[in-house]
Amino acid sequence: MLVTTPTTTPTTTLRIATAGSVDDGKSTLIGRLLHDTKTVFEDQLQAVVKASRRYGDGETNLALLTDGLRAEREQGITIDVAHRYFATPRRSFIVADTPGHAQYTRNMVTGASTSDVAIVLVDARHGVVDQTRRHAMIAGLLGVDAIVLAVNKMDLVDWNEGDFLSISKEVHEFVDALAHPVPVTAIPISALLGDNVVERSLRSPWYEGPALLEFLEHFETRAHIDRGARVHVQRVIRPQGGPQGDFRGHAGVVAGGWLRIGDEVTVLPSGQTATVAALHRWGAPVHEAGPGHAVVVQLATDIDAARGDVLVAAGGGPVVGADVVVDVCWMVDRKVDAGSRWWFKHGTRTGHAVVTEVQHRVDPTSLDLEHVDALGLNDLGRLRLLLSDSIVADRYHSLPESGRMILVDPADNTTAAAAMVHHVEVAP
Amino acid sequence: MSAVTHTGASSSGAHLDALTDEAITIIREVATECENPVLLFSGGKDSAVLLHLAVLAFAPARLPFPVMHVDTGHNFAEVIEYRDRLVRDWGVRLVVASVQDSIDRGRVVEDAGPRASRNRLQSVTLLDAIAAHGFDAAFGGGRRDEDKARAKERILSFRDRQGRWDPRQQRPEPWALLNPRIRKGEHLRAFPLSNWTELDIWRYIERHGVPLPGIYYSHRRTVVERDGMLLAVGGPVVPEPDETPFVAVVRYRTVGDASCTGAVESEAADVYAVLAEVAAARITERGATRADDTFSESAMEDRKREGYF
Repeated sequence: MLVTTPTTTPTTTLRIATAGSVDDGKSTLIGRLLHDTKTVFEDQLQAVVKASRRYGDGETNLALLTDGLRAEREQGITIDVAHRYFATPRRSFIVADTPGHAQYTRNMVTGASTSDVAIVLVDARHGVVDQTRRHAMIAGLLGVDAIVLAVNKMDLVDWNEGDFLSISKEVHEFVDALAHPVPVTAIPISALLGDNVVERSLRSPWYEGPALLEFLEHFETRAHIDRGARVHVQRVIRPQGGPQGDFRGHAGVVAGGWLRIGDEVTVLPSGQTATVAALHRWGAPVHEAGPGHAVVVQLATDIDAARGDVLVAAGGGPVVGADVVVDVCWMVDRKVDAGSRWWFKHGTRTGHAVVTEVQHRVDPTSLDLEHVDALGLNDLGRLRLLLSDSIVADRYHSLPESGRMILVDPADNTTAAAAMVHHVEVAP
Repeated sequence: MSAVTHTGASSSGAHLDALTDEAITIIREVATECENPVLLFSGGKDSAVLLHLAVLAFAPARLPFPVMHVDTGHNFAEVIEYRDRLVRDWGVRLVVASVQDSIDRGRVVEDAGPRASRNRLQSVTLLDAIAAHGFDAAFGGGRRDEDKARAKERILSFRDRQGRWDPRQQRPEPWALLNPRIRKGEHLRAFPLSNWTELDIWRYIERHGVPLPGIYYSHRRTVVERDGMLLAVGGPVVPEPDETPFVAVVRYRTVGDASCTGAVESEAADVYAVLAEVAAARITERGATRADDTFSESAMEDRKREGYF
């Protein structure tokens, strides 16, 4: 018999992702952060010291703490995202160290999609490059709460304040011009030497802001605005026989608000309504459940709600439709054009999607919208889709959990795009 | 600015709450999208937590899939007793895939010598069993903090018809929108504990009172010291002429094949003492206890490419 009591205490988790161009020092920064927070174990450090010698690095190469694949260590690059974990007394951190090469942008998207904060690195000697802009734009598109602009390798420009300020100004201007601007905090650092990473450095007396870790420990993620709870039904829980034989519950994750016993919910797309009779989290009854909670909802009346349907509490305003306009990060070689067919997943709904229009491609440098017939690998753009099944969606930037989709190539089942609902076309 | 201490210093209830919700959501999603999933159960602490989460995920209904133990034949007796007790108490269906069978049928050839291990042979037994039962998804207790190759792996990890992992061709995995689509003969590995650390696992065990095999807690055992590790004498480990067995007060930080899993000296006799010990640890659990990972720099990546857990 399993007995469990859900509990909550106020320590929070912050998810962060690195971004920026090749060799701007992303993996070194994460290595430095892990090392200086004493998260690196002795045997891991010994292994890195040994590997540094083997790969011919003069000093201990902290990037090897996250560049864990043989191909990465041999070439000295990051190919795929690595996830690492550390904690301070204030907070637990989940870190996604992402690749800088344009060809691995899809792996950067994977790492950044779940992050609260993106740390965009820039090499102080080279300044802002195309990949800096592309990654800042993706971070904005994915809706991170903040960008930390880490101007790295400041030791190689003699801690010149002017270089720092001009890079900072350029990034601020670029991010402010995005469709979804994000607050930017600029910090001058040396990931290699550890300046302004965990402790404030004496080498930058002109800089009065926080060290990187200090910023991350104190950063407040965007407060949840209660938009009305919704639960995308994953499956119906129905015990076969036994004392619980008449139990029927809907399993899913709460998004957008709080759900309480007695609340009235509408099942979409059907539109039937029912009252919440009981809620369970982790196998035990609870009175209420909030964003992120994995629950089972029992309804007072036996109505038809199956996988893919959404339980929406009063006040929730998702739109139901099959004609949707989405912003996409395109992640496969196969191009997407009007008439092409894909498989989609939105919430727990899956089906077929036909592209009815390629509306534009965004030039990641100038932010100009270009009219094109197709999007290709690593392109960012906007598509209109006709879905085989209606979805119950929100705009991605109002409620990401109900506004995100993936498109899958039916030919080989690879995930072809991260798609963010811009709006659902409603028939007049 | 605040003092930074090791991971163990912060007790984070909300963090564990979020990890628990995430794991249950992944388990429900994969179990619902895939036709014939299985949960890989070694009797170790990670698979015990995984199974506990899986039971909670579908409560009050029964676990809708079986668990499978890949049995190397080199077991700790306590672990097998524990496995059988747990599946009985929790009402779970158990499938056993035996490495000895694979050896007997000539599917694998066992290394000879006192230091031979069956660890690597498990991959063939595992893949054969997945094919024989037609499993299309296998839940594993793997955690990204265990090893640098695991740190690169997706939550839903694709395996081709030969059961191979290709770390250079992983599917993108934006958000929590898992893509479970595969062709016949291919399969998926699902890692609901991807974002957990060793300390998170122990906090969960403490919070929910998850039963574990007794060897995770301090006890007296006859061991030999080999390559800096304490290996239990009896079973597959036979002392070499220059090794003198001695009795030590130990516990296990991981439980794997008895031939290559080392014990650590420890007085930690209950979950609270273990939590304190893990929080203060300066050596990773695999570094301290797994001979198989110290063979080469990319030992885990190489095994995973062959279909390992």
